[in-house]
Amino acid sequence: MRDVAIIGVGLTKFGELWDVSFRQMMIEAGARALEDAKIDGKQIDAMYVGNMSAGQFIRQEHISSLIADHAGLVPIPSTRVEGACASGGLALRQAVIAVASGIHDFVVAAGIEKMTDILSGQATGALATAADQEWEVFVGATFPALYALMARRHMYEFGTTEEQMAMVAVKNHQNACLNPCAQYHTKITVDSVLKSPPVTLPLKLLDCSPITDGAACVILAPAEKARKFTDTPILVAGTGQASDSISLHSRASLTSLRAAREAAKMAYKASGIEPKDVDLAEVHDCFTIAEIIAIEDLGFCKKGEGGKVTQEGETAIGGRIPVNTSGGLKGKGHPVGATGIAQAAEIVQQLRGEAGKRQVKGAEIGLTHNVGGSGGTAVVHIFRRGD
Amino acid sequence: MNVGIVGYGVYIPRYRIKVEEIAKIWGEDPERIKRGLMVEEKSVPAPDEDTATIAVEAARNAVKRAGIDPQEIGAIYVGSESHPYAVKPTATIVAEAIEATPRLTAADFEFACKAGTAGIQTCIGAVEAGMMKYGMAIGADTAQGAPGDPLEYTAAAGGGAFIVGKNNGESLAMVEGTYSYTTDTPDFWRREMRPYPKHGGRFTGKPAYFKHVISAAHGLLRQLKFTPQDFTYAVFHQPNGKFPLQAAAELGFSKEQVLPGLLTPKIGNTYSGASLIGLASVLDQARPGDRVLVVSFGSGAGSDAFSMVVKDAIEEKRDRAPKVVDYVNTKAYVDYSTYAKYRKLLVR
Repeated sequence: MRDVAIIGVGLTKFGELWDVSFRQMMIEAGARALEDAKIDGKQIDAMYVGNMSAGQFIRQEHISSLIADHAGLVPIPSTRVEGACASGGLALRQAVIAVASGIHDFVVAAGIEKMTDILSGQATGALATAADQEWEVFVGATFPALYALMARRHMYEFGTTEEQMAMVAVKNHQNACLNPCAQYHTKITVDSVLKSPPVTLPLKLLDCSPITDGAACVILAPAEKARKFTDTPILVAGTGQASDSISLHSRASLTSLRAAREAAKMAYKASGIEPKDVDLAEVHDCFTIAEIIAIEDLGFCKKGEGGKVTQEGETAIGGRIPVNTSGGLKGKGHPVGATGIAQAAEIVQQLRGEAGKRQVKGAEIGLTHNVGGSGGTAVVHIFRRGD
Repeated sequence: MNVGIVGYGVYIPRYRIKVEEIAKIWGEDPERIKRGLMVEEKSVPAPDEDTATIAVEAARNAVKRAGIDPQEIGAIYVGSESHPYAVKPTATIVAEAIEATPRLTAADFEFACKAGTAGIQTCIGAVEAGMMKYGMAIGADTAQGAPGDPLEYTAAAGGGAFIVGKNNGESLAMVEGTYSYTTDTPDFWRREMRPYPKHGGRFTGKPAYFKHVISAAHGLLRQLKFTPQDFTYAVFHQPNGKFPLQAAAELGFSKEQVLPGLLTPKIGNTYSGASLIGLASVLDQARPGDRVLVVSFGSGAGSDAFSMVVKDAIEEKRDRAPKVVDYVNTKAYVDYSTYAKYRKLLVR
């Protein structure tokens, strides 16, 4: 297997992009990535696109062809990858495998979701199709409800507080203020999170990631060819993916995602990197409790101490292990299919030292953690500087 | 442009329902809604009131203020999104009721909440062209909001009527200019045979209300070479209390310029009546020489902006008919069940 490097990244602005269409978004992110990599579109060999549900959000399927066509990349192979909110991370993993195997050299891994063309209630319903329809959704559960159950159990088992969860949102909004692509450039306080309207208690409105339009794109190359394009190739040091039951009630634990633990184990093993070596991470904070569980599952703190280390500032920029410097799903926005790719783009910018005001000083190793549904799918990537 | 406003009148039904009363039914936090929408209560039409009766009341008040012979009115246009008839105009009912028939033209306008100002522009054109001595434009609604929809907190009833004539000694305000900004933006709509409108939630804000209101205002300011400081008052369409203040701030108008024409917090959103009742409220208290900006907004979407300068005749004319404040202060509260009956949500 060959070593794989990322040589270019591109993102659209994340937010309510009412005057930009699905295809325009993807072209914009793709063009930026090509420009960043200083590579010609003619050199691209294949493309993997993460997208959860264009069919429900804009009534468009077969987006692999649509995007290849409008990007001017036909006739290269173009494949859509779907794993709910982990679609982007899975697309990246497929692209990594394609380059590592030697089948392709220069591969685009992209992610996109256009979510604001329908009303928010319809979007919530579309997202809920990533849960178990027969056993969860038909009895009234949507994702806020499922994550609220996890939060309640975490509070019960470990004494995690609503204030600690609020601190995740406060930190991520603070980071988002430093990210020009982020949906929100508004600072919030623990008090405003606690006083925001209830969604499914203990989760309030400001505990939840928003509905977002956005696209992201990274360009992969074999490590041995990456130096021709950039002085700072970022190596994909390890990739891991795992599955679990789609329904929450079938799992042994409500306070940890087995799929995330397994995916992390796989990525750590492949890279020879340990949790303590990681300088920063982008994790799947679709709800604030999800970030607390994520940093525990990834081994950044002891089980049950996710709330505590957040409260102590260890996950802030300048802390022991900065988490979600981009603003995370909460502050940067969560265009579901794009999220996994956007996470990788943030780590690449950080490891290159190009993250501007949110730069983590001296960052050499970064990790991304992308989850589908309530934990039925998880994918973890570890990156390090290749220079 | 050599036209002016010769008379104006409003009507607001006397019944009110408070935000608390509606919030109680739907299990919402009333304080949050009051803060979020800047609305305290809204007007409710009585069971025997509709857009036609409201338009007639407003038209009668306008004729009283103008002190003209209704037979000299050459056109009546009624703008509304709740005309009682799909076919057969409200405007003819008004014309007959104020004894303006038969030597006039009449028609109903529809452009969501801005059909009334579209009527004023049509009258300006006709008067300016010498087709008629006076034209009357009315904006009136008994607005619909589906039970449980956020619209239910604001969808109210009321109307305003304006009589346009040549700019001479009888005009109480001179029209300096008008500017429209229109696009096909589907932010809020109601299909044929449907009782309630649908809307795009947050999409009704930035790309709809704000884009059109601000563009129309900018266009007029540029056209007339004015700045916000040249105006004593500014009236913006007011679907809630918050939007007009936010638009004003973005344009550089102060709260003090806007508040005298901001009625939504007390009467709700009267749709086609909203910007006209706001303008009437300003005229009720303005002094000769004051300059007023009015910007309407209609979903679908468009805005009409007007600049007017108040003239001496206002002092003599304004007390001839009830003022906006008189209607705002004449009120009787109803509970949700009475409201449901009045709005025909309960039918026996």
